[in-house]
Amino acid sequence: MAQVTLRKVVKKYDEVLAVRGIDLDITDKEFIVLVGPSGCGKSTTLRMIAGLEEISGGDIAIGGHVVNDVPPKDRDIAMVFQNYALYPHMNVYENMSFGLKLKKTPKDVIDQRVRQAAQILDITELLDRKPKQLSGGQRQRVAMGRAIVRDPKVFLFDEPLSNLDAKLRVQMRTEIKKVHQKVRTTTVYVTHDQVEAMTLADRVVVMNGGIIEQVGSPNDLYHSPATKFVAGFIGSPAMNFISCQLEQAAGALRVRLNDTLSFPVPADRTTRYTPYVGKPNLMLGLRPEHITETRPHTEPNQHDFDMMIDVVEPMGMETLVYFTVNGREICGRVNPNAGAEAAQSMKLRADLSNMHLIDDSTGKVL
Amino acid sequence: MADIAARNPAGHPTQQRSSLHKLMQRKSTIAFLMALPLILLITILVAYPAGYAVYLATLNKGMTRFVGFGNFEFLFGRDTFWLVVYQSCLFAITAVIFKAIIGFVVAHFVHNIPAKGQRKWRGMLLVPWVIPPAMSTLAWLWLFDPSYSALNWVLEGVGLSGIPWTGEAGWARFSVILVNVWIGSPFFMIMYLAALKSVPEQLYEAASIDGATWWQRIWYVTLPMMRNIIAITALFSLIVTFANFDIVRVLTAGGPLNSTHIFGTWAFRVGIEGGDIPLGAAVSLFMVPILAVAATFILRDITKRGSEV
Repeated sequence: MAQVTLRKVVKKYDEVLAVRGIDLDITDKEFIVLVGPSGCGKSTTLRMIAGLEEISGGDIAIGGHVVNDVPPKDRDIAMVFQNYALYPHMNVYENMSFGLKLKKTPKDVIDQRVRQAAQILDITELLDRKPKQLSGGQRQRVAMGRAIVRDPKVFLFDEPLSNLDAKLRVQMRTEIKKVHQKVRTTTVYVTHDQVEAMTLADRVVVMNGGIIEQVGSPNDLYHSPATKFVAGFIGSPAMNFISCQLEQAAGALRVRLNDTLSFPVPADRTTRYTPYVGKPNLMLGLRPEHITETRPHTEPNQHDFDMMIDVVEPMGMETLVYFTVNGREICGRVNPNAGAEAAQSMKLRADLSNMHLIDDSTGKVL
Repeated sequence: MADIAARNPAGHPTQQRSSLHKLMQRKSTIAFLMALPLILLITILVAYPAGYAVYLATLNKGMTRFVGFGNFEFLFGRDTFWLVVYQSCLFAITAVIFKAIIGFVVAHFVHNIPAKGQRKWRGMLLVPWVIPPAMSTLAWLWLFDPSYSALNWVLEGVGLSGIPWTGEAGWARFSVILVNVWIGSPFFMIMYLAALKSVPEQLYEAASIDGATWWQRIWYVTLPMMRNIIAITALFSLIVTFANFDIVRVLTAGGPLNSTHIFGTWAFRVGIEGGDIPLGAAVSLFMVPILAVAATFILRDITKRGSEV
């Protein structure tokens, strides 16, 4: 059993708080991804779990044992670094077996485990090569092999795909997921790429400014973000935020964006939103895919409106249209054949059943 | 080009000029021309004196007669010569080993000093190497002085007896090695420090996660990563130490009873002071084969490893 527990973990560099007291429970065999913009404390958190950074406050436990003062070598963890950190003077076999050799594992056991890991990662024919003779993707595999061979309690990944080109990154992403399905070791993975986070994780931890904004499954984060930050960070292109007001007219709630544009609130949200009628600093959050070209429908929460398009970006399978509401640029995703053209008016449709109402003063999704 | 060739199918002058033109355009020609000043300088300052030394070594004492290997045969028969061979090796090898060890240890200390204070320490630690050795050795000479030795004064102060620093063969050898180590260690320190800084921090982090202790990190990461620098620095220092002159000359002048003479100082004693320049040249030529062997071994290892890493 190797659950990882963080309790009120704090990291302070001189006077700067990098991590401000985070709590996190990672269950056995789980794949957790820490995601956030640079400087959010995600790498620091990972390095504290690894023991490469001392913690300034709180407790970290691996497999039920508090490891605050345990050096990295005794934590039974394995880490894959962004730049791989392979030993350049050792060949692939020596790189992978180094940890076991230090543990004085018998030679035949080492050999068996290295070959087994090499087989999982499809690098058997590279075992005699030096890291210099390998491509980026191959080095990445070797770095993972070095981790697998150790059979540790926890795998730690520190932005392992950042140094690869886009195509290889997607390929290795799948590879990492496959390896985790085979090996089933508790994994903590750090990335700034929300796509990586969404595709790999059992649960995603979104961090910002040294705190955890939200923990949840990729779908939870996407459909029910808890804060404006999560709503804006997860999803590409990012969610649109439009300042709005909530008004009550004839027993029904309406989101009013400006004098000309307002939409009725879906009936099932009326009770939830009623307390916010007339409150200032409200924002409507709507993902680009919920602003589409108009088409026949029977949905009660879809509403048509006319808009002057500023910019059109054809992506092939879809076309992004940009227009301005209340001084903010808003993005919508329309069918490539919908005839979107810049500087032309277009009939668009907003799907309010997927709306989010945000209190901009607290950043909370209501 | 095709045009010209077509118009002058058998035109010799044009062909000649164009081939000269071609020659001038070749990269190797340009490289040679650019390196020429240095080649000339080396020829004048190194190759000519070296050749002249070989020529001198084949003459008799009065430099009037060719004696072939006579000077070398004479040297082989003399005990002092073998003493100098032994002392040169002892001096160079011991000093280089200690310089390397001290340089390595001090480099680690300096490497671990926070960046802010590091420059200051680096500067101070370089001082022994920066002062002209003839001058700093004079200071050591006073420290070792039989009558006024500050070191002995301290030793006697704590109840020990004074040491004949330059007066007794064993201690005199110790003293010249000590001063050479003192002067030479900073060079090793600065080379090793540069090498240490070039080892990526993540390799140490990876090693500590792999379970390496402090000592294993040095053995499996630091030393292999620094191997080339260690070899080059040691070779370079071995050559310079082997050919040392000033420290021994100022500190002991080869004494007592030739017990601290090395090739450089003995060649000077025999050749200049003793007035037998051919014999002095023969002595100094003995450094060549010994150093050539060392250089070959170490450089071969570097090229081998250079192609790997």
